[in-house]
Amino acid sequence: MTEITGAQSLVQSLESAGVDTVFGIPGGAILPAYDPLMDSKKLRHILVRHEQGAGHAAEGYALATGRVGVCMATSGPGATNLVTPIADAHMDSVPMVAITGQVPSNAIGTDAFQEADIRGITFPITKHNYLVTKAEDIPRAIAEAFHIASTGRPGPVLVDISKDALNAKTKFNWPPVMNLPGYHPTAKPNAKRVKEAAERIINAKKPVLYIGGGVIKSEASKELFQLAELTQIPVVTTLMARGAFPDSHPQHLGMPGMHGTVAAVGSLQQSDLLIAIGTRFDDRVTGQLSSFAPEADVIHIDIDPAEIGKNRFAHVPIVGDAKETMIELIAAIKDEHKAGRIGNYEAWWANLNRLRNEYPLGYDEPHDGSLSPQYVIQRIGEITGPDALYAAGVGQHQMWAAQFIKYENPGTWLNSGGLGTMGYAIPAAMGAKVGAPDKDVWAIDGDGCFQMTNQELATCTINNIPIKVGLINNNALGMVRQWQSLFYNNRYSNTDLHTNRIPDFVKLADAYGCHGLRCENKDEVDVVIEKALGLNDAPVVIDFVVHKDAMVWPMVAAGMSNSEIKFARDMAPKWMRSDDE
Amino acid sequence: MSRHTLSVLVEDQPGVLARTASLFARRGFNIESLAVGPTETSGVSRMTIVVNVAESPLEQVTKQLNKLVNVLKIVELDNTAAVQRELLLVKVKADAQNRSSILETVSLFRAKVVDVSNDAITIEATGNHDKIQALLKVLEDYGIKELVQSGMVAIGRGAKSASERTLR
Repeated sequence: MTEITGAQSLVQSLESAGVDTVFGIPGGAILPAYDPLMDSKKLRHILVRHEQGAGHAAEGYALATGRVGVCMATSGPGATNLVTPIADAHMDSVPMVAITGQVPSNAIGTDAFQEADIRGITFPITKHNYLVTKAEDIPRAIAEAFHIASTGRPGPVLVDISKDALNAKTKFNWPPVMNLPGYHPTAKPNAKRVKEAAERIINAKKPVLYIGGGVIKSEASKELFQLAELTQIPVVTTLMARGAFPDSHPQHLGMPGMHGTVAAVGSLQQSDLLIAIGTRFDDRVTGQLSSFAPEADVIHIDIDPAEIGKNRFAHVPIVGDAKETMIELIAAIKDEHKAGRIGNYEAWWANLNRLRNEYPLGYDEPHDGSLSPQYVIQRIGEITGPDALYAAGVGQHQMWAAQFIKYENPGTWLNSGGLGTMGYAIPAAMGAKVGAPDKDVWAIDGDGCFQMTNQELATCTINNIPIKVGLINNNALGMVRQWQSLFYNNRYSNTDLHTNRIPDFVKLADAYGCHGLRCENKDEVDVVIEKALGLNDAPVVIDFVVHKDAMVWPMVAAGMSNSEIKFARDMAPKWMRSDDE
Repeated sequence: MSRHTLSVLVEDQPGVLARTASLFARRGFNIESLAVGPTETSGVSRMTIVVNVAESPLEQVTKQLNKLVNVLKIVELDNTAAVQRELLLVKVKADAQNRSSILETVSLFRAKVVDVSNDAITIEATGNHDKIQALLKVLEDYGIKELVQSGMVAIGRGAKSASERTLR
């Protein structure tokens, strides 16, 4: 066996792990790795403009392909710039491997130039991480990193490699022997628990399938569809699960949570049995925990045992993969049906249908004739259709994109749910477009978010990654402004971005080699969206200048009970209808 | 809230202590005492961690610990089903008048004198938490000049070992 460098071993390891795309930026400590990368026939390296962009692009790539996303950076600031996307991937369970260069091992601990303890920094935000200081350890670390990132509950793994390890001579062996005696994710559910769950489902009067992002990660949409149709139980999909179940399906009540539909929120509040699958009872879903779904028993299915019982007691805890568990649950319910035991939810549906009909999602057109942001987003979804991918930033536009775009397919909605990272949309859309080049990929972004990561438009133009950016420009940090309107007496402290003056987004798009379009009137919306969809030689940025005071409704104020939801300002739904009404 | 003793078998790898400590800090759990050392299996270390938490956070911290890739096994050692020991070294002011009464205390607690000088005695004691606290309370009256205490170590009673069940 011929001797190669650690850097060559790294490149061969990545190739052997099936990687085809790496997003990154070189620098001193990682430089040795970039030399053999240049010769690789299998790896496409996309040179981004900021390491945060590399990280979110890797996330977008992972979500679009279902495979592990890979990003690479140098030591010190390169590595610390990856911290936000790593934390983001950790919160949202995105499979990602981050590779960073480290200063030579004899300089570690000396405060050397561009030294940062990235392994220590990322302890709490990675699923696992490595500091590799010997060339011969590189293949094993890479193989383990991909295994850990992609199995069990997916997540980010960081591999920090010292420069001397990259330069040292070594022999390449693949597949290496993995040594993970403490890592045993449980995929197969306990059969007794599954049977118990089936019995409870049959006996429940007001059950709800409370579906989280784990169903998408586990590629279990088909099984969810079967389970829902078999049982006739209403379905709600959280922000992370949009697309896991078709929005067009009559059993779908929409998104629960702080900005969920009245029907979805109301279903959980009134339910007697939550069938929670791949979801973690996040505070944005539960509102005030003590008053969340007060009548409900809980069946909690999750691959991560630590999520079960973390926020809410589970009467039937099931540790298992969403897909495998649903397959067994479907079989167990069929057994119940064969024995003549079938759930009856007629009264429940009557109540939910009333809520759904009386309190549909909606919005008011602005009085001053300016453009409604909800309308813009809705039209983007309607014209582009459910086969496209939609990435959003964080804030009002994100919530509207979750509410008013209709998702029919899993993996078509990308957003930063847990960490709430402004600036996610552009690089995530870029990564998604690289992973799914034949699909239309929209970044629905806000003017605040856009200014955090728009430098990646240069990457998109140069590397022929023609994403579409629907910039929902309300001149403000809209969601913060909404809270100031509602809770701080309309005192708009530091939320006016003056983006009506600076920057000129059309000129900025032009400077990046993108098509820059602007739309300020309702009757131009369709035309400009259609125009954008026809332009595929470069990215497109549409500056939609929208009404500043539009608000996201419904809303449960932070820390309040979900039962206190308002479907418009000061408008609370009637949960029960009295007989004389 | 009550005291719980977790015996955690971990891979003996660089950073594993920092990883564990960082997890406790990040999840808001206070470590009362921590002792780390080798075990009968090479490459495996044992951390004995004493935490003061209620039942449901204890379950959460155990589950979170289990998610660490370097953690092999976690056993909660019940106070009654385990032998628990702490080591204490304490330097007490002592002169000709009170030396003999200090020595009497030392022998009552089955402790040991490990160093003597003209105006101080250094005492070594092992025992469970309560015994060490009781000894310290008595010695306080003489004047404690310096005190150092180990974290608690504990081992389950009976023939079974915690590690033989993990490492097949």
